[in-house]
Amino acid sequence: MMGFSRPQTAAFWLMVAAIMIAPAILYPVFLMKVMCFALFACAFNLLIGYVGLGSFGHAAFFGMGAYITAYSAKAWGWTPEIAILAGGLVGGGLGLAFGWLAIRRQGIYFAMITLALAQMNYFLCTQWDFTGGEDGIQGVPRGNLFGLFSLKSDLAMYAVVAVIFVACFLLIHRIVHSPFGQVLKAIRENEPRATSLGYRTDDYKLMVFVLSAAIAGIAGGMKSLVFGIATLTDVNFPMSGEVILMALLGGMGTIFGPVVGAAIVITMQNYLAPFGAWVTVTQGVVFVVCVLAFRRGLIGELAARRRLSL
Amino acid sequence: MSLSRRALLGTAAAVPAAATFRSARAQRPVVKIGVLTDLSGVYQDIVGPLAVESTRLAVADFGDRGFDVEVLIGDHQNKPDIGSNLVRQWYDRDGVDIVVEGGSSAVALAVSGVARDKNKAYINSGGATSDLTGTQCNANTLHWTYDTYMLAKSTGAAMVKAGGNSWFFITADYAFGHALTRDVGNFVTQAGGRVLGGVRTPFPGTTDFSSYLLQAQASGAKVIGLANAGADTTNCIKQAKEFGITTPLAGLLMFISDVHSLGLDTCQGLVLTESFYWNLNDRTRAFSDRLWKRMPNRRAGMANAGPYSSTLHFLKAVQAMGPAEAKKSGAALIAQMKKMPTDDDVHGQGIIREDGRKIHPAYLFQVKKPSESKGPWDYYNLLGTTPADEAFRPMKDGNCPLVKA
Repeated sequence: MMGFSRPQTAAFWLMVAAIMIAPAILYPVFLMKVMCFALFACAFNLLIGYVGLGSFGHAAFFGMGAYITAYSAKAWGWTPEIAILAGGLVGGGLGLAFGWLAIRRQGIYFAMITLALAQMNYFLCTQWDFTGGEDGIQGVPRGNLFGLFSLKSDLAMYAVVAVIFVACFLLIHRIVHSPFGQVLKAIRENEPRATSLGYRTDDYKLMVFVLSAAIAGIAGGMKSLVFGIATLTDVNFPMSGEVILMALLGGMGTIFGPVVGAAIVITMQNYLAPFGAWVTVTQGVVFVVCVLAFRRGLIGELAARRRLSL
Repeated sequence: MSLSRRALLGTAAAVPAAATFRSARAQRPVVKIGVLTDLSGVYQDIVGPLAVESTRLAVADFGDRGFDVEVLIGDHQNKPDIGSNLVRQWYDRDGVDIVVEGGSSAVALAVSGVARDKNKAYINSGGATSDLTGTQCNANTLHWTYDTYMLAKSTGAAMVKAGGNSWFFITADYAFGHALTRDVGNFVTQAGGRVLGGVRTPFPGTTDFSSYLLQAQASGAKVIGLANAGADTTNCIKQAKEFGITTPLAGLLMFISDVHSLGLDTCQGLVLTESFYWNLNDRTRAFSDRLWKRMPNRRAGMANAGPYSSTLHFLKAVQAMGPAEAKKSGAALIAQMKKMPTDDDVHGQGIIREDGRKIHPAYLFQVKKPSESKGPWDYYNLLGTTPADEAFRPMKDGNCPLVKA
């Protein structure tokens, strides 16, 4: 199905089943948060896992998506689907600007350029009026889907988030397994050779950068509607770091890895909250153990041991 | 697996015992308090573990009056979405009736919105934004310890009365800094003082304040107002000391824990406002000694002590309404709390206004010289007091939708 290998098909249906059953057991708002961050991590993984571009500034797209969605839903009363779409578009637009500059360099220079641009964006967000400074945009209404269905109840919102998440997840999978995706992987493995075969690698890199940024913007937009807030936390550097942690933990270059990684990180943040400083300590320990013991990430390691593609 | 006879008998005896124990507990109503605070980040000294302990102390001081009180703790990690998620879970799943504290302004506003949506109660202590009782006020939220208006009013007006009648501002160049400068400047002028000038420092990221400090000193102002927060403020204070600047600095968002970590030698002469100081009077000393026994070697600042005062008042309101009634509606519970006058060891006697603002005096302190300090945590001299009815923004100026009704 859609270029899924058999284990991937099994894992996909397992994930869909989990999404459907989970709200009966776990708290829906928590699960929505996991899905928003899972989508964010998948978008990030599209860049680092399949093209080998490590962006240190993905919070900019996520955060701007959140701000734009929150602002358009609150101030202009846009319906949620349009507001989220607007978040994705602005995320993608910002990605075009960042990407145009950043893809000219590789490795650490690429990372530093994205980081610098994201910090400039953070600086702008503290100054701009529409972001509400350090108070953020508060009390964003979830609104009515298509102007008809109220999303006030957590389960209705959950359904919308789940559908968008699965749709974007499939889109990413489709991108990776399309001829376009094959070129991306060729660039990751050996860029000069891809060039010698006649591909304009810069165009491909820019296009995937914009796609990744747009999906990150959608993830941010969904998050701002779920919680009704968009704040500086979303555009700040620790958010870019967190998404790297999620992708690393789950397994870069695997399609399910970032989802698992995001679930682990968000669960730690949520369920270790009563223990104070232990949240950050545990996160650090988990990161070190992951890097030392299974460098391909949880899912990556599982896939390698069992010789599956996940 | 083999079972010994003794283990079997033991289990048999334990089951009915546990059952009776459970039924005896079930008859007592339980109210649950969630303390949402910063346990791992930059605000952990201002609120953090000491705020949790002062909440527990309030529960202990209130004693057993026919219902059980459970305290839950959560770390919002300074991220509004984590705070909001935790609080939703507390309200929806864990049966929490009231959330106290709530850290930074963004977290506080987010939690306040959740409390309104779920019709539960929330009392903020650590957040500074006066919007909580202004344009963003709601019937489920109280703002307890302080706010930006109180800090500006006390530091601006009371300082002029105490002789500091010409000011120069060092302002962090973003909305918070601009607002603080404008507010304090207004109070200074109203009280008959003058603002000689100011300088804006890029935010975030300024670490070298020396040129701004020298500019401030050259202006000849009697007070240098620091309209910034956190690391910016502490950097200004340290660098002022290094450059030998003798003009008193006025920290507009400072707490006793900041003074403690910087040391008296660096901070001496600094002027700041708090609504609580442990060594203020007999009642505050008695409270602080009880807290010291639970958490030695630390003294509470106003944001640490606030949750004690608010929790105690909450428990009194629960007793007045009856626990069953109090658990039903957060808005009714908050309305009951507004009806009753407050009285506790932290803020003394006070009231809660219709817009959710808790009213008490604000104190202007000057940090002692090392030679004046008689012991650990003996840091402040009282410079002036702003009475309760003047310390906070008049209700008509706040534009709180609740007030019109």
